[in-house]
Parts: sequence; structure tokens; C-alpha cells
Amino acid sequence: MNLITEPWPWYIGGPAIAVVLFLLLFSEKQFGMSSNLRTLCAMAGAGKKTTFFNFDWRQYRWNLVVALGAAAGGLLANNYMTDGTVGAIHQDVVLQLNSLGVEGAGKDYMPEAFFCTDAFSNPKTLVLLALGGFLVGFGTRYAGGCTSGHAISGLSNLQLPSLIAVIGFFIGGLLMNHFLLPCLL
Amino acid sequence: MKRVLLYFSIGILFGIIMIKSEAASWFRIYEMFQFKSFHMYGIIGAAVALGLVVTQAIKRFKLRSFFGEEIQIPSKAKLVKAPLFGGIIFGLGWALTGACPGPIYVLIGAGYFPVLIVLASAILGTYCYGVLKPRLPH
Repeated sequence: MNLITEPWPWYIGGPAIAVVLFLLLFSEKQFGMSSNLRTLCAMAGAGKKTTFFNFDWRQYRWNLVVALGAAAGGLLANNYMTDGTVGAIHQDVVLQLNSLGVEGAGKDYMPEAFFCTDAFSNPKTLVLLALGGFLVGFGTRYAGGCTSGHAISGLSNLQLPSLIAVIGFFIGGLLMNHFLLPCLL
Repeated sequence: MKRVLLYFSIGILFGIIMIKSEAASWFRIYEMFQFKSFHMYGIIGAAVALGLVVTQAIKRFKLRSFFGEEIQIPSKAKLVKAPLFGGIIFGLGWALTGACPGPIYVLIGAGYFPVLIVLASAILGTYCYGVLKPRLPH
């Protein structure tokens, strides 16, 4: 297995995420990516009218640096660390997605129809992306964290609210995946 | 400056992991919610299992950071409704776009530019939460 060019199995990816958690904790920081969105609101001046954003965002600049690094890592990995193959997707899922009009499972990293530049000229796709993003931004802040802050950091710290949040992630995710997506796509 | 480079490097590592492990892949998230693959459960489970060891070791042995300070790990606010309702709302968005907040940045860097729309509306969503916060059940 070539770890530079081939997709990683779960037993490489999972422990690697724990290494990121380790590095952040030992840098006196927390692993939680959704806080960035709040920091960006505060940077843009939302604190003048809304107390939730009235804090010294400069203290959280490190989090934005991590996000910039994440984008750089995405650029590196997607352009220079791939042989173009992706991990196999279960055949039932491929067929089901095809019947919903979504192509590329098991061949492309992302469904091109939604995530490549052509999506900008499809109003329906734009609305779905905007709706999804809004739910992600609203929900993570309401819940007080996302997959990194609650599922990884919070569960590792045996936090009951994090377990409740993860159960919520799956209630919402299963509702969308099984009942809403087939109507929306 | 040294610390900025450290945070940037941790970010790069995170970005590479998200792409290579396919945790940022819409298809993988779809497959996870269909319970058709162990992949995503393995990733999250292994990360939590090792994270648990790291976190509990830090707390039990009062480990010190790279900079020599005792590591503080804040607790989450003891709420029930907020993580449940907020979690459900996030879950709906996660299954729709396939993107958690971390992978949003990773995917934009990787060149999936429509994710910029997800980022913009996620910022708007966070802003609306901040405005509505006093009226929501927590």
C-alpha cells in the first residue's frame, strides 16, 4: 500500500485524526473546527449588535490559521498525493445514487455535478449547497460543536452533551439521507 | 511566529488526513448514513478510542504542553436541548452537503469551489444562531 498516493483505510485515517487532537491539546488549543465560523462573524463586526459575537476574536486567530492550513493540506493532497483512484463504494450505494441521478460513486472523490465549477450555473444545486451550509453553520453553533469538537474531542473527554450531540447528528443525518435527499435530488 | 507555523502545519496535516482518509467525501458520508460501509465508523471510532487515551492521560497525569504549561481541557456546557436540537440541524446539513466545518476548508483548498457557497451560508447560519440565541431553548 502506498500511503502517499493511495486512499487510506480507516485504521490509518482514524489514528491520524487522534494525532491532530494530540498536537492541538499539547499546543494548548482545542480540536474544534466550527468555532471558526463564529470567529469570522466576530471579525466582520457582528459583535457590535449581537453579544454572542462580542468577544476578542484576536484570541482565536490560531483557529483561522489551522483552517488556512487545512485548505493548503487539501490542495496538496488532492493535487500531489493521489493516483486518481478512490476507495470502493458499496455497490448498493452506487446503484441507488445512480437511480437518484448522482454519478461518480467509487470513481470520483466528489459528485462532480454538485462540487465542480458547473454547479455554479445550476440554480437548484446552488440552493441545496446554500441550504446545507446554513444548517451546518446554525446547527454546529447551537449544538456547541461539530464532528471534531463534539464527536472527537468531546467524546474523548467523556462529555455527556457531546454524546447527545452525536446522537442528534445521526438523527438529522439519517432523516436527510433516507427521507429528504431522495426528494431533493 | 513559531506558533503560527505550528498551527499552520497542524492544519496542513489535518487537510491531508481529511482528503486521504476520504472523511471529506460526500460519497463516504452518504454511504455511512446508509450503513453500507464500516469506513467512516472505523475512522471516528479509532479517533475517539485513541483520543480517549490521550485526553484521559493528560487529565490523570497532569501532562504539560509543548510550552511547559499544564494542559487545560474545558468541559462542554451541561445542556441537553441545545446539543440535541443543534445536533439534529447540523446532521441535516452534514448529510446534504457531506461537509463538516473542517472539511469545508479542506475541500475549497482542494479546488471544489462550489463549497465556497457552503462556507458563506454556514457563516450566515452561525450569524443567525447568534442573533436568535436568546429566544432558542437550550
